[in-house]
Amino acid sequence: MSMQAASTQIASRAAAIIDEMKALEGPLLPILHEIQEEFGHVPAETLPIIAKALNISNAEVHGVVTFYHDYRNHPAGRHVLKVCRAEACQSMGGDAIAAQISQALGIGFHETAKDNSVTLEPVYCLGLCACAPAAMLDGEVIGRLDADKIEEIVQEVRS
Amino acid sequence: MTVTIYIPRDSGALALGAEKVAKAVAQEIETRGLDAKIVRNGSRGLYWLEPMVEVATEAGRVAYGPISAKDVASLFDAGLASGGEHKLSLGDPEKIPFLAKQTRLTFARCGITDPLSLEDYRNHGGLKGLENAIAMTPADVVKQVTDSGLRGRGGAGFPTGIKWKTVLDTTADRKYIVCNADEGDSATFADRMIMEGDPFVLIEGMTIAGIATGATKGFVYIRSEYPHAVATMQKAVEVARKAGVLGVNVMGSPNAFDMEIRVGAGAYVCGEETSLLNSLEGKRGIVRAKPPLPAIQGLFGKPTVINNVISLASVPIVMDRGAQHYKDFGMGRSRGTIPIQIAGNAKHGGLFEAAFGLTLGEIVDEIGGGTVTGRPVKAVQVGGPLGAYFPRSLFDTPFDYEAFAAKDGLIGHAGITVFDDSADMLKQARFAMEFCAIESCGKCTPCRIGSTRGVETIDKIAHNIEPEKNLALVTDLCNTMKFGSLCALGGFTPYPVMSAINHFPEDFRPTPVAQAAE
Repeated sequence: MSMQAASTQIASRAAAIIDEMKALEGPLLPILHEIQEEFGHVPAETLPIIAKALNISNAEVHGVVTFYHDYRNHPAGRHVLKVCRAEACQSMGGDAIAAQISQALGIGFHETAKDNSVTLEPVYCLGLCACAPAAMLDGEVIGRLDADKIEEIVQEVRS
Repeated sequence: MTVTIYIPRDSGALALGAEKVAKAVAQEIETRGLDAKIVRNGSRGLYWLEPMVEVATEAGRVAYGPISAKDVASLFDAGLASGGEHKLSLGDPEKIPFLAKQTRLTFARCGITDPLSLEDYRNHGGLKGLENAIAMTPADVVKQVTDSGLRGRGGAGFPTGIKWKTVLDTTADRKYIVCNADEGDSATFADRMIMEGDPFVLIEGMTIAGIATGATKGFVYIRSEYPHAVATMQKAVEVARKAGVLGVNVMGSPNAFDMEIRVGAGAYVCGEETSLLNSLEGKRGIVRAKPPLPAIQGLFGKPTVINNVISLASVPIVMDRGAQHYKDFGMGRSRGTIPIQIAGNAKHGGLFEAAFGLTLGEIVDEIGGGTVTGRPVKAVQVGGPLGAYFPRSLFDTPFDYEAFAAKDGLIGHAGITVFDDSADMLKQARFAMEFCAIESCGKCTPCRIGSTRGVETIDKIAHNIEPEKNLALVTDLCNTMKFGSLCALGGFTPYPVMSAINHFPEDFRPTPVAQAAE
């Protein structure tokens, strides 16, 4: 598929999403969530389409997309691992666990592995503070991280 | 008779393997041809025992835990279906001291019922508060809530009834009820537990708020880090709508009220109420200056009640049992119960709902059982990333809004993180500044720039660069942030920083020269 065709396809899919959700009160965040769900990130070419549909400026849409940690401007790896770096996890050796994970995956935080297998991200609290240290792999919660659980995570993202 | 086996669906239990346990139990039921069903309940909040499996027997519920998938076959061999004895038996869960010592008002059903069964909810006292509210005038409902002494459980402690009265008294063509479920503070999980374990109590509380203030639309703004809570709330809203609890005629009354579940996008500052309102409107989560108060000009410029999950979830019990019943619990101006969340390095971590007034020492040492590592408790952070670090010498402080304020701390959303003696308080102070820098919305200078300068200055202290001068600078900076910031993010970051400096000065002392020279 040519670049232009791919871009047209993104535009039409985005337009369908916007159309479905723009009647909501305060529709911008729900639309961005849905677009990211659809494409794995918020493609730059969707921003002017959203702006036009909601009758707001391109700058405003850009401002919102860049304000929130969740929205990506490029796709993540096949898996996304979020490791909690907040205080309750720190009190259970979370910093050391985070370092071990980073080493095992061979990437730092905010980075994606070269084989595109996994993106490693910090998260500030998963509400699993009584089973710390905690992480979330593709939306699945994992508590009381230890060497064995790290090994399981590494196996899963590499498989 | 069909035997009911309860296996929690709470995120905390799932994080410890509850899904695998549920699969193994289902497998055993099938292979053994037993007449049994599985209910995925919420958590009772005893996280060191999760996944905690319970079975309803003729003599009452019997609990087992912590269960892993490999224990399941032996549990059935021991006669799980009839509450048989096993090495992981816990007996009657209500008799476990951690639960027996609690006063569960808001969390009365959490961990007991099927979270998505409205029938279960009704059978356990649900919807009585809403029924009472429907039969009263809005002003009387507001008065009940005011008289109960209920204060904002999100941390600010503002009287809930007074907020509601302002919205009731403000005339507008549209009003909103917004539930702040952006529970971003580390050590807190009460909102998550109630949304996953008893979602109807929140729906009921919001509906009562709507009837009391004349609002017809509600929003629950849940953080994206809580996908299970989002899913449960969405399903519960659908169930409530189908049953006529939500809709144009709430429970057959002339009152209309409906709600939507909205998901945040990973910004901690959106837990601040005005920032949350901007986010709901589809804007950057920038803090608004007050006044105008949200109660007068809130969501889309309309009068808005914005309350924390636990505040709203405590309203049904107030409306069911009456203001006096709720008010009879507590101390001073802190009335009713508070779900204390014991987290981090605690032997018995979990949710402990109790009347205000327990001392910090009772909570940490007796209820929490000290540290899981077995080392001495060095510090506890109360109230999340914006809360102060308390040393053992302040463990006699009673859990009460005013008592904590008097010790330069705050109870916040009542989360307590326990640290053992391996904690480095300089590192914790630095993290507080770093977190503020990551999450600052950028609107006001003390928070936006102060937090970054704070990290740099604490780093200088750590590297022994003019430590005394830099310590004075951090103190001065904290003063500017505390009094000059627009909201609690910049304004309260000084609490963890200054409490670490004041209570643990040894961690900020320059390293002896001889050692530094090595």
